[in-house]
Amino acid sequence: MRQNRAVELGTGLFVLLGIGALLFLTTQTTGRNDFSAAETYVVEARFENVGSLKKRSPVAMSGVTIGRVTDIQFDSDALEAVVTLIIDSRYDQIPDDSDASILTAGLLGSQYIGLQAGGSETYLEEGSEIYLTQSAVILENLIGKFLVQGSSDD
Amino acid sequence: MNLLRELWRSVAEFLRTFGAMALFFVDLLRYSPSTLFKRFNLVVYQVFNAGALSIVIIMVCGLFVGGVLGLQAFANLERFNAEEATGILAGFALVKEIGPVITALLFAGRAGTALASEIGLMKATDQLSAMEMMAVNPMHRVLVPRFLGGIISMPLLTAVFTMVGLLGAHLVAVEMQGVDVGAYWQQLQQTMDLDDVYEGITKSIVFGVVASLLAVWEGYNAVPTAEGVGRATTRTVVGTAIAVLILDFMITAYLL
Repeated sequence: MRQNRAVELGTGLFVLLGIGALLFLTTQTTGRNDFSAAETYVVEARFENVGSLKKRSPVAMSGVTIGRVTDIQFDSDALEAVVTLIIDSRYDQIPDDSDASILTAGLLGSQYIGLQAGGSETYLEEGSEIYLTQSAVILENLIGKFLVQGSSDD
Repeated sequence: MNLLRELWRSVAEFLRTFGAMALFFVDLLRYSPSTLFKRFNLVVYQVFNAGALSIVIIMVCGLFVGGVLGLQAFANLERFNAEEATGILAGFALVKEIGPVITALLFAGRAGTALASEIGLMKATDQLSAMEMMAVNPMHRVLVPRFLGGIISMPLLTAVFTMVGLLGAHLVAVEMQGVDVGAYWQQLQQTMDLDDVYEGITKSIVFGVVASLLAVWEGYNAVPTAEGVGRATTRTVVGTAIAVLILDFMITAYLL
């Protein structure tokens, strides 16, 4: 009987430890700024070049994650990338002339969409489009420009 | 001509074994629900045997594997002035590959061999036949609880191994080499997705099924002699190692 209880206790401790470790892995090693909201609205933005933006990339305003990229398509008529974003419905007072640019977190970090507030009185809503956009900065182009500039100075 | 016939015979033998193992697997699955509900205490006892008793080896190995990853990652990333990425490198390596694979290999060595030799010895000493005589199905009483115990234990052991490994890498990178603690965890958190963790968990479940199936199968089909039991134990470790590494490649290629 005592042996049996020891086994049960050991098994219980082991299972608890294992589940604790699983929880640790799912919460502590993955993005803490993981965005989840009960209600969201969908907005589109068109970019000339999205760089290495991916699905699930964050959408941030003043550095706070308020949404997420849900889809990236290529519009073959306009020859542009169409990025679909969802934004938390709590933030329903974002001016519709806000500017969306693709930024990089740190020098080598992943890319995200940064929104810069505009001054309009009307707000972004379900299905609206952000028309002021700025493409991703492509490092190679930047280096190219820098080299050309450097040589013209001589 | 003789060579061809030999070759054909070994291929046929391989296929036969493979088919028999598949049927055995289906049988195990078929008995699993009833065992889980009616003989839950047996399953608990096997979780203790396969899981709780393996926890020490898993934690010690995890700590040192994580530590050595931290050392290597730091030494090589330092050349690119990217020491802060030590967390990313060690984290991804542990969560997606090293955690599930090494845990499965350790499990085969620690628990798989114990299962195979125990069942093999039961067979050699006619305990299994005795059970059948008493109208007790050894499937219910012996094989399925061990199979289920292994499957339940493996993901938990993998999670513990990975967690301890991350702490080991943390100890080496942050405490010994002086990487900033915030940078270590934050870079990891920013880069890793839930999908990456799920990939590791998926692997550990698959490895759990394979390792337990092979151990139970080898034990049950052991030649009932001292030598046969020894050989079955060896075959369990070798078979599990090969199967796990091949499956790891296939799962990674599929999920990536």
